[in-house]
Amino acid sequence: MSNEEIKEYVTSIAPSATFDESGEWLNSMVEPGTWKELALRLRNGPLHFDYLFCLTCIDWKTHLTVVYHLSSTTHRHTIVVKAKLDTAKPEIETVSDIWRTAEFHEREVFELFGAVFLHHPDLRRLILTDDFEGFPLRKDFEDPINMIKL
Amino acid sequence: MELNQGLAVDTKEFPGQILQTPGGGIVVSTFDSIINWARSNSLWPLTFATSCCGIEMMSVAAAKYDFSRFGFEVARATPRQADVIIIAGTIVNKMGPVLKRLYDQMAEPKYVIAMGACAISGGPFFYNTYSVVKGADHIIPVDVYIPGCPPRPEALLHALIALQEKIKSGLTREQIREVSKALVLI
Repeated sequence: MSNEEIKEYVTSIAPSATFDESGEWLNSMVEPGTWKELALRLRNGPLHFDYLFCLTCIDWKTHLTVVYHLSSTTHRHTIVVKAKLDTAKPEIETVSDIWRTAEFHEREVFELFGAVFLHHPDLRRLILTDDFEGFPLRKDFEDPINMIKL
Repeated sequence: MELNQGLAVDTKEFPGQILQTPGGGIVVSTFDSIINWARSNSLWPLTFATSCCGIEMMSVAAAKYDFSRFGFEVARATPRQADVIIIAGTIVNKMGPVLKRLYDQMAEPKYVIAMGACAISGGPFFYNTYSVVKGADHIIPVDVYIPGCPPRPEALLHALIALQEKIKSGLTREQIREVSKALVLI
């Protein structure tokens, strides 16, 4: 399906979405509040985005951005959905019930960036030790024992 | 540089002197040097590689370089059967206790080689990180260091032979520790 059709569909669910087509894939910025509904409709609607192939996060210092790369194994189209989170209170609904793979990915984003995925079934640290303090991929992360400031 | 420069013995030969007597000769040596000579020629490494240096180590174990030629007969998959641990790769904080445990499980005498920049100092890429140990010698004592990222297979062979020279000269960390223990007892 063409980018125009995908854009139209996304806009019909999340009217505030903005788009950027300068990269390889269609990018769309959405409000975190509209994301869960949009995710459900993208997965189960006619666009059939059944494959979440990347879930990550970016720290822009002023705010966080969670990034979802979605693809459809039947239609072969791809969309990148980004949602802006507040650094002080980074919360967004989980999509682990829609794409099971998100369960681990959200745990990883949680431990490295501190983004909280609401209603996640098991939001623990994934790889770091349980007593680890701080979120190491945040730009303001400091670890004076192991790191020197550059 | 000559490999055994500064080391106590000429290690090519069986350690000891031959006293010529009619009808043959008598070899005079010490048990220590014979034991060290024997041990240095049968050093079985532990199969332990945490990153890309492991690929070079495998190459050294395989037919082209073949460390069996020097007595590193075969890599063992259990520390209980290994004499030398080649730390081939980055040691992260979570790996630290595992490395210590493997080292503790090895039977004495045991020797350690730190292979590559990561094992020496944390590495060229990951040193300024929350997760990396800045040199494996923070965890276990190291006898031979090999610089490189990764070191060439020849460099690993060089280090293995250097370790043999060290053992024959009684200069590995463990041997020095044993001697100093004995001195304290006296």
